[in-house]
Amino acid sequence: MLQTSPATRTEARPDENQTSTLTAYRWMILARVLEEKLASLYRGGKITGGVFLGKGQEALSAAIGTALRKGDIFAPLIRDMAGRLAFGESVLEAARTYLGSRLGPMRGRDGNIHRGKPRDGYYAMISHLGAMVSTVTGGLFARRARGETGVVGATCIGDGATSTGSFHEGLNMAAVEKLPLVVIVANNQYAYSTPTARQYACEDLVQRAAGYGVAGYKIDGTDPSACVEVVHEAVARARAGSGPQMVVADLLRLVGHGEHDDFHYMNHALKLAPIGRDCLDVAREQLIASGDATRAQLDTMRNQAAAEVESACGTALREALPNPSEEDWCALSTRRLSEGGQQ
Amino acid sequence: MFQNQTATTAQTGTITYLEAIRAAQRKLLAEDERVFIYGQDIADFGGAFKATKGLAKEFPGRVIDSPISEDAQVGLAIGAALEGMRPIVEMQFADFSTCGLTQILQHAATMFWRTGVPCPIVVRLPSGGTAGAGPFHSQSMEALYAHYPGIVVMTPATVEDAYTMLLEAVEIDDPVIFCEHKYLYYHLKADGLPDVALPTGKARIARAGRDATIVTYSAMVHESIACAEELAAEGWEIEVVDLRSVKPLDTDTILGSVARTGRLLAVGEAFPWGGVTAEVLARIATEGFGLLDAPPMRLNAKDTPVPYHPNLWGTHRPTARTITSAMRDLLRS
Ligand SMILES: Cc1ncc(C[n+]2csc(CCOP(=O)(O)OP(=O)(O)O)c2C)c(N)n1
Ligand SMILES: [Mg+2]
Repeated sequence: MLQTSPATRTEARPDENQTSTLTAYRWMILARVLEEKLASLYRGGKITGGVFLGKGQEALSAAIGTALRKGDIFAPLIRDMAGRLAFGESVLEAARTYLGSRLGPMRGRDGNIHRGKPRDGYYAMISHLGAMVSTVTGGLFARRARGETGVVGATCIGDGATSTGSFHEGLNMAAVEKLPLVVIVANNQYAYSTPTARQYACEDLVQRAAGYGVAGYKIDGTDPSACVEVVHEAVARARAGSGPQMVVADLLRLVGHGEHDDFHYMNHALKLAPIGRDCLDVAREQLIASGDATRAQLDTMRNQAAAEVESACGTALREALPNPSEEDWCALSTRRLSEGGQQ
Repeated sequence: MFQNQTATTAQTGTITYLEAIRAAQRKLLAEDERVFIYGQDIADFGGAFKATKGLAKEFPGRVIDSPISEDAQVGLAIGAALEGMRPIVEMQFADFSTCGLTQILQHAATMFWRTGVPCPIVVRLPSGGTAGAGPFHSQSMEALYAHYPGIVVMTPATVEDAYTMLLEAVEIDDPVIFCEHKYLYYHLKADGLPDVALPTGKARIARAGRDATIVTYSAMVHESIACAEELAAEGWEIEVVDLRSVKPLDTDTILGSVARTGRLLAVGEAFPWGGVTAEVLARIATEGFGLLDAPPMRLNAKDTPVPYHPNLWGTHRPTARTITSAMRDLLRS
């Protein structure tokens, strides 16, 4: 979409429906393999700073990534590797940001999940949770002011971030402005170590949608075909002018908060319950059962993803790192107003 | 000078500081279709101070009432700026901009440096004290914003600057915090609005002198000029430098003035810890130590919240009287 995919990527079958679980699966497996590689690079000391994985959330994330089109706005969050790739980020750009390549979009100035290309509608999240809700709302406000129609803006958020004032202000504002914002809530049972009982007291987060006057949807985030169906439906309604949409997906973060976190506090009952399923396993079962893919085809997809990831990471690892003596050290685009050179 | 009054030097004209801000916004809306204004009670009501009075009617759909959501107001402006618009956010009072700090300091201010994409938003802050306004409707927040990289902080002291600097603020490709002084809104008048102006980043010699320099900005420029007038009667010639923008800070003009006078008093209405006056003194101490004939001085508000009652408020912040008294000490030292 934004960038052409590297040549090694599996070409979509011409008859393949963009809304299919199989399409989502391609991004899910690519994200999983890439993140496994990043985790191993982190353990090997090749990545400085945090590595935060989306393991268990790939179906939900790929669902929103595939529902959006070129020209839409997307502000992914912590666990959205699949959605980022589906929206058009290349594996190489992701790898570059983690590995600090100066050729990456953030040029070593920011890292890991804090990456994006705003000019492509791919907003770069800041750490402060909830901040992107009003920002995407503003992007949509501008598009409407310019007379653009049929544009959708989406952002993803965790259960923890729904407790922020920013989330509340942003979603309320989008509703007041009647803008086509889609908020994807990944209710993954934890915010860092904090379980949802310490995060909210309503019965279900989706109840909040009514309070804001936005459409609410509830899905099983471990069910890829449900994720694709419902998220695409929400995006279609937003595109058609029905105002903000909020999708709440229940799932379990299958790893620690970041790779530094051993997740010792995990409630094992959750892991053993249906909510603890790995959406990639479920996707395979669904695709094989429906006849959309054979086991062999899915294995081939994984191997192709692995080859693409190896090649991109290999490239990024060989690239030059940022150099402080060549760095601009200027925070303003208006150079004459910068005090950057002063001590 | 009456201690509860704020000094203003040009009170004879026909256009107020507030009207200059409104005129600048009207011109921007008329000439640049990318501009819109987003804030609380600013559409039909015209704003708490009437800075947008009549504009919503003249420019339908471009002067918009916001929910009370400072964080989201700025967030919306950032998103719109990324998509090519030139948003102006009106904070109802500077004080409430603390609720929008995350979006201003963490998001807008980091945008260009992180992503290479500029973030041209203007946040207007009705700033500074007026009698009876109290702790939450009186603050001067320029130092807080200036502390962060990636932001331009304007502090116009004159009707002319309120007009031309707001025009320039919208033109600048970076986030601008526009600190407009609430007392000056009604009390400062000029005969007309200029077509040309000093560029932002250049300070102005508001009054020339040779015995000592006062470096200041916003409403304190007028208190300082009143001080200079009083001391002029005694034969002292005090130079007053109006910084116009506190970030960037025009160190060259400050150094040039102190090179002539040998004495420096920095005056600000904000709280004393750190801040603009401390920055001015730090720069003089490090870059112009040899120019000084006496230790530099600074005068700020007291280190308490801004008091409500006029009797207390009049003593909380610098006034022409306290500036004059500090200046007498400086001239003696
Ligand atoms: C405003 C804010 N406070 C604290 C943090 C630190 N922090 C980063 S991620 C995180 C947990 C987020 O939990 P959730 O929103 O559920 O997302 P998840 O990590 O589960 O995907 C916290 C507390 C932050 N980034 N922003
Ligand atoms: Mg969570």
